[in-house]
Amino acid sequence: MTVRMPGDEFSDNSLLDVGNLRVYYPVKVPLIQRFFQSEKPFVHAVDGVSFNLKAGEIFGLIGESGCGKTTIGRAVLRLVEATSGTIRFEGVDITHLPESKVRPLRQRMQIIFQDPHASLNPAMSIGQGIGHPLKIHGLAWLEADVRKEVLAVMREVGLTPEEQLYDKLPKDLSGGQKQRAAIARAIILRPQLIVADEPVAMLDMSIRAKVLELMLDLKEKYHLTYLFITHDLATAKFLCDRIAIMYLGRIVETGPAKDIYESPKHPYTRALLQAIPIPDPMRRAPKVLPKGEVPDAIHPPMGCRFHPRCPAVLPTCGWEARDFLDYLEERRSDPEKGREDELILGSLEVWKANGLEAGRPCEPENIAIITEYVRSVFREAPAPMAQALDDIKVKEGRIIVVFRSPAALAPKEVEGRLVECLLY
Amino acid sequence: MLRTEDLSVHYATSRGYIHALDNISLDVASGETVGIVGETGCGKSTLGKAILSILPPRTRVTGHLLFRGTDLNALDREALRRLQGEEIALIFQDPVTRLNPLMTIQEHFLETIRAHQKVSKREALERTTAALTSMRVPESRIRNYPHEFSGGMRQRIMIALALVLTPSLLVADEPTTSLDVIVEAQILEILQDLKRNYRMSLLLITHNLGIVAEVCDRVAVLYAGKVVELGSVTDIFARPVHPYTRLLLQSIIHLDTKELRSIDGQPPDLLFPPSGCRFHPRCPYAKPVCQEKVPPLEEFRPGQSAACLFGKDFV
Repeated sequence: MTVRMPGDEFSDNSLLDVGNLRVYYPVKVPLIQRFFQSEKPFVHAVDGVSFNLKAGEIFGLIGESGCGKTTIGRAVLRLVEATSGTIRFEGVDITHLPESKVRPLRQRMQIIFQDPHASLNPAMSIGQGIGHPLKIHGLAWLEADVRKEVLAVMREVGLTPEEQLYDKLPKDLSGGQKQRAAIARAIILRPQLIVADEPVAMLDMSIRAKVLELMLDLKEKYHLTYLFITHDLATAKFLCDRIAIMYLGRIVETGPAKDIYESPKHPYTRALLQAIPIPDPMRRAPKVLPKGEVPDAIHPPMGCRFHPRCPAVLPTCGWEARDFLDYLEERRSDPEKGREDELILGSLEVWKANGLEAGRPCEPENIAIITEYVRSVFREAPAPMAQALDDIKVKEGRIIVVFRSPAALAPKEVEGRLVECLLY
Repeated sequence: MLRTEDLSVHYATSRGYIHALDNISLDVASGETVGIVGETGCGKSTLGKAILSILPPRTRVTGHLLFRGTDLNALDREALRRLQGEEIALIFQDPVTRLNPLMTIQEHFLETIRAHQKVSKREALERTTAALTSMRVPESRIRNYPHEFSGGMRQRIMIALALVLTPSLLVADEPTTSLDVIVEAQILEILQDLKRNYRMSLLLITHNLGIVAEVCDRVAVLYAGKVVELGSVTDIFARPVHPYTRLLLQSIIHLDTKELRSIDGQPPDLLFPPSGCRFHPRCPYAKPVCQEKVPPLEEFRPGQSAACLFGKDFV
């Protein structure tokens, strides 16, 4: 299902249109293990993401590491293959274009990487590196022409004195200069779209502003459109017209940057905003942080992927067997409860989670006692999880805890933006 | 607790000596959190390494490094080894590289405890579980290997490992830089709890001024191997004296940023540091005298000193 903001159905000024994009990476499994596993494991890096970029805007993809933001940037440029979904650039479906047809497209879509050092060829001089795309795309062949264009673009990005820097190697430049060279290389082809993947994350604070200003200047001058990928909400707030907040392969909230920063709706957006350190010692305040960390993307949580950590979680958000086992593990660190749990429920290893059902083998004489104990554990559990419990049953010598199926989750329009959360 | 007096560190390279730290004098009181901030190459990590005496060989160290009055530079290796770990502990930016991938978490702890103290395995194990539980690492995972943990969990294990010998000073070198913001906030909360509960001193080395503002009592701003400003966090953030401190604070991009500011130029090459004030080539207020005279660290307000010849004008 492709979801769009109301009022911005695909139109002529949509430069990039991503619909229900999925990118799964296969997980390398040792040969022997493959014999025993029926299912092939995949990392669900991007799992059903839709957004569009209007010409001339800066669209921010924001999220923590592993949320899939970088993968989206690369999929858009066809540097990684989409597993499913569509990518349209200037109205043309490019999702499965053959490489020979993608190449000319790359004149119009370029990328700036996070690590400027790794993205410049260490054996090429700065000038050669910046001019290389001209040769690849056959736009200039004579060395003198290339040089002239490169020097002009170097001046534009502030790599001066350009004549002197032209023959320097990347290792002779500072981080800021290297990033300017990477920007120069990206704009020398006069692209429409630039994917900027954390372009200032590796630079020192005192020079970040200069590089961001340069990007803004170039955008004005050449009517560029940026897909700005970052984990830094503060930079995105300053720079972006619209943003999408990502969590574990999904967009949880998207809309005009101003609105989202003013009143974030998704609990994850709120958590992210609250976690940013404030550079003012007079404004220290206790934070309400989500517990734990981002789970792995091979087996993302059911329902809303943020539910195991969400401070505003509901019984319908996707409680499942794994959450119950995690809760049991949490109880083990409490000396009293932990000991009693171990005595009656046994080691955590005997419990197996399978979707909505968590179970362990059980001798007939212990069924009553264990069932009653599990009920008492649920009475002590956080209310949303306890209310999601459907049944505790006995089947084929196993005692099984069953959760209710989660409510269907879809992006909803809330105050001018799309939010994927059952609270709305 | 800890005091450095004119501490200088010079790294030997094929091109000559790098003046990584130049006459650093600062102190950390008992129970205090001192932040060391600065940009890449300002010498902040070198300071942490100097305190732990883990600088590479052939590095020239001069000046004094006093821990509870004992000069660490004068101690022999064995005495130093005892002191480290038991009294001074270090946590690094990247916990992955500091944990042995072939050892379980339990083995890491047993090795550390028994290298320093003669205790039974049983007692060592008890202390291990206590340390891990206080860091909210489930006891059930004690026999797991480092790769089986998430980044935040690994950093918590590192902190537990550093604290299991109950040191009185913890040096944390960019402890949250490789972590995401939410986990970073969680770790900072833990560090603050620890400080409160154990009255431990914390030397927090970071490039992130936001973190300094949130957790430190005092802060030293380093530039090109020198302390340019030193004072309480509230003073330094509200009334910075040194132009570098002020410009650095203005360059932070935070949620209330209305316009972008940066500092012209780049940090100097420490093989050939600039004469006079090391910040003069980038300082918008520099006068000719700044090229000649090295500014001393002078007190401009009670408890707040800065190394600027024209500090008076900025008070």
